[in-house]
Amino acid sequence: MNYFLQQVINGVTLGAIYGLIAIGYTMVYGIIGMINFAHGDIMMIGAFISLIAFLLMAALGVTFLPLALLLVLLCSLVFTAIYGWAVERIAYRRLRGSFRLAPLISAIGMSIVLQNAVQLAQGARVKPLQPVIQGGIELSQRGADFPVTLGTLQIIIILLTIFLMAVFTLLIQRTSLGRAQRAAEQDMGMAALLGINVDRVISTTFVIGAALAGVAGLMVTLYYGVVDFYIGFVAGIKAFTAAVLGGIGSLPGAMLGGLLIGLIEALWSGYGSIEYKDVAVFAILVLVLLVRPSGLLGKPEIEKV
Amino acid sequence: MTPALRHAVIDAAAAALVAALLALPLLGFRLADSAQGLQLVTRLTWVPIAAGLVFAGRLGLLLAAPLWGRLLRQAPQGDLSVRGTNRRALLIGGALALGALILPLTPFGDRNLLDKATLLLIYVMLGWGLNIVVGLAGLLDLGYVAFYAVGAYSYALLAQHFGLSFWLCLPFAGLLAASFGILLGFPVLRLRGDYLAIVTLGFGEIIRVILLNWASLTGGPNGISGVPRPSFFGLPFVAHTPGNGSFHEVFGLAFSPNHRVTFLYYVILCLALLTNLFSLRIRRLPIGRAWEALREDEIACRSLGINPTTTKLSAFALGAMFAGLAGSFFATRQGFISPESFSFLESAVILAIVVLGGMGSQTGVVLAALLLVGLPEWFRDLQQYRMLAFGCAMVLIMLWRPRGLLAGRQPTIRLGADG
Repeated sequence: MNYFLQQVINGVTLGAIYGLIAIGYTMVYGIIGMINFAHGDIMMIGAFISLIAFLLMAALGVTFLPLALLLVLLCSLVFTAIYGWAVERIAYRRLRGSFRLAPLISAIGMSIVLQNAVQLAQGARVKPLQPVIQGGIELSQRGADFPVTLGTLQIIIILLTIFLMAVFTLLIQRTSLGRAQRAAEQDMGMAALLGINVDRVISTTFVIGAALAGVAGLMVTLYYGVVDFYIGFVAGIKAFTAAVLGGIGSLPGAMLGGLLIGLIEALWSGYGSIEYKDVAVFAILVLVLLVRPSGLLGKPEIEKV
Repeated sequence: MTPALRHAVIDAAAAALVAALLALPLLGFRLADSAQGLQLVTRLTWVPIAAGLVFAGRLGLLLAAPLWGRLLRQAPQGDLSVRGTNRRALLIGGALALGALILPLTPFGDRNLLDKATLLLIYVMLGWGLNIVVGLAGLLDLGYVAFYAVGAYSYALLAQHFGLSFWLCLPFAGLLAASFGILLGFPVLRLRGDYLAIVTLGFGEIIRVILLNWASLTGGPNGISGVPRPSFFGLPFVAHTPGNGSFHEVFGLAFSPNHRVTFLYYVILCLALLTNLFSLRIRRLPIGRAWEALREDEIACRSLGINPTTTKLSAFALGAMFAGLAGSFFATRQGFISPESFSFLESAVILAIVVLGGMGSQTGVVLAALLLVGLPEWFRDLQQYRMLAFGCAMVLIMLWRPRGLLAGRQPTIRLGADG
């Protein structure tokens, strides 16, 4: 039982990270209907920027941990958002309204560019980071066969994710930006006719998605303690799987999907074999899609002539 | 300063500012390993250099825009251009095929070039195979390399454990890959476009993970080495055999290692041309017409009594079969296979070849393969920058010609007197 509880805690933490990345996929897909393949690599860039920011904080002598964390978070968020904006501006904007596969290929190209640019600029070797946040809460009774701990870092990750998702949901539901975004999602042409600057809305979508991915990158750096130029690919695929699992285009779906993928991965690694955890993730995706072809929370699409 | 110039300068300055912001964290600082762990090395001078380069580049591009205008404009689309494009494509295609046939006989056809051409032809064949799935049937397959892997491993394993020859294994590898295609396609082909994409992507990863971890069968990350080389219908390409049965002895030639290279080149050329011929012919059969109709409008097809699932399944299985054939050729050519050769990047490259070529255009696939696989092969010396340039090329070609290099889509049937 304790072992199970520990895996659930690990799974929820992992799921929070996947959920944050999945939001970027699902938002972009909802508005312009493209799979933004470079999104995972944006997360990787966020991880690198936060690692650099950590070392910079140490060099500048910022030793008060909460302040350092906050500054690193801001750095990662802002610079990753700029990357997200630039990727959209360079590789996707010109292809809007073009033939369906063109932006996809452009996105795959962009993903290769980002990976290799980072590899060239920062070197191919795995970059380690000393654990920054340590300690945790012991949840199990004394003398239990398997100690259950809820790490401080895990608490921070989960709380930060909940906070960001709450802010984000409010943003989408209550602000004029959110309204414009939902309008553009339903009918881009009509939204443009009614005076919404669709280009700007799409840019903002990419910026928000990238900022969330930047935060996820920071979490990955802290949680795993290692960063290399290739982490974006696998995390990106898993997050996209999460978005599809939850129903692509649906924001609560992305969060739910992320949580499920995280749990599946943690439990499979805990009870099954760690090598085949990715196989389990994809197998469950296929099973869910067979029963519910539009994902768990997705709206079934009605095909019309 | 004219308004146009001022506008260009402002635009370029904005681009330079963004470039500086992008370069600041990742170019301005470098994470360096040292004895005390990770160290931060500053090289802030790189940031203004990057910004300056972007400024100059952007300004140059904007000022040259009127000159470029015609070149950069998108490919003309519509019925008028179709016929001209077709004739041109046919001409280029014929010339390329002829050139490929006589290449080993020309003085340029040395071993090095033939090796590169063989690699190129593998990608051309894969592109033509995937073109059946993506170009004709309109199914987005992001895990095509899985079938390529199935073909390669099935040949390697059959040859190693049962001692079967390449020519026996080739059809078998194709069939096996096709049955994998059916196995995967059966449950997932009901899904719509992008869901299919992610499931095929997942399938490609699953196959790779299994190949990587099922060490007792596949050798895990070490792969399978010593895959038997092909023989000329039973006559091996070796210097000496016990019974005077090697290729050069039977044909009374002096032994040369080039024989095998040339033979491999012709084998893949035949396989690729077979794929091409097959897809050109099948477009004219009811099944091929059904694929294209399904791509255009699924509901109309259903109402006309076409079964979408079996139609899609056949495209999927046939595409997989050609990947399997190419895979076993790859295994016999390399003599060594490992899961590393079957990563997602390969799938992406093949898909890029199909899309950059102009979907459904057979000649376009060859041109795109030349551009994406051939050019980087020539610039192998620039190892580090090769993949970066490859990614940039993908983005730039798409921006330049979103519909692919040879974009005119040929109508399958022309109604009316002029058809």
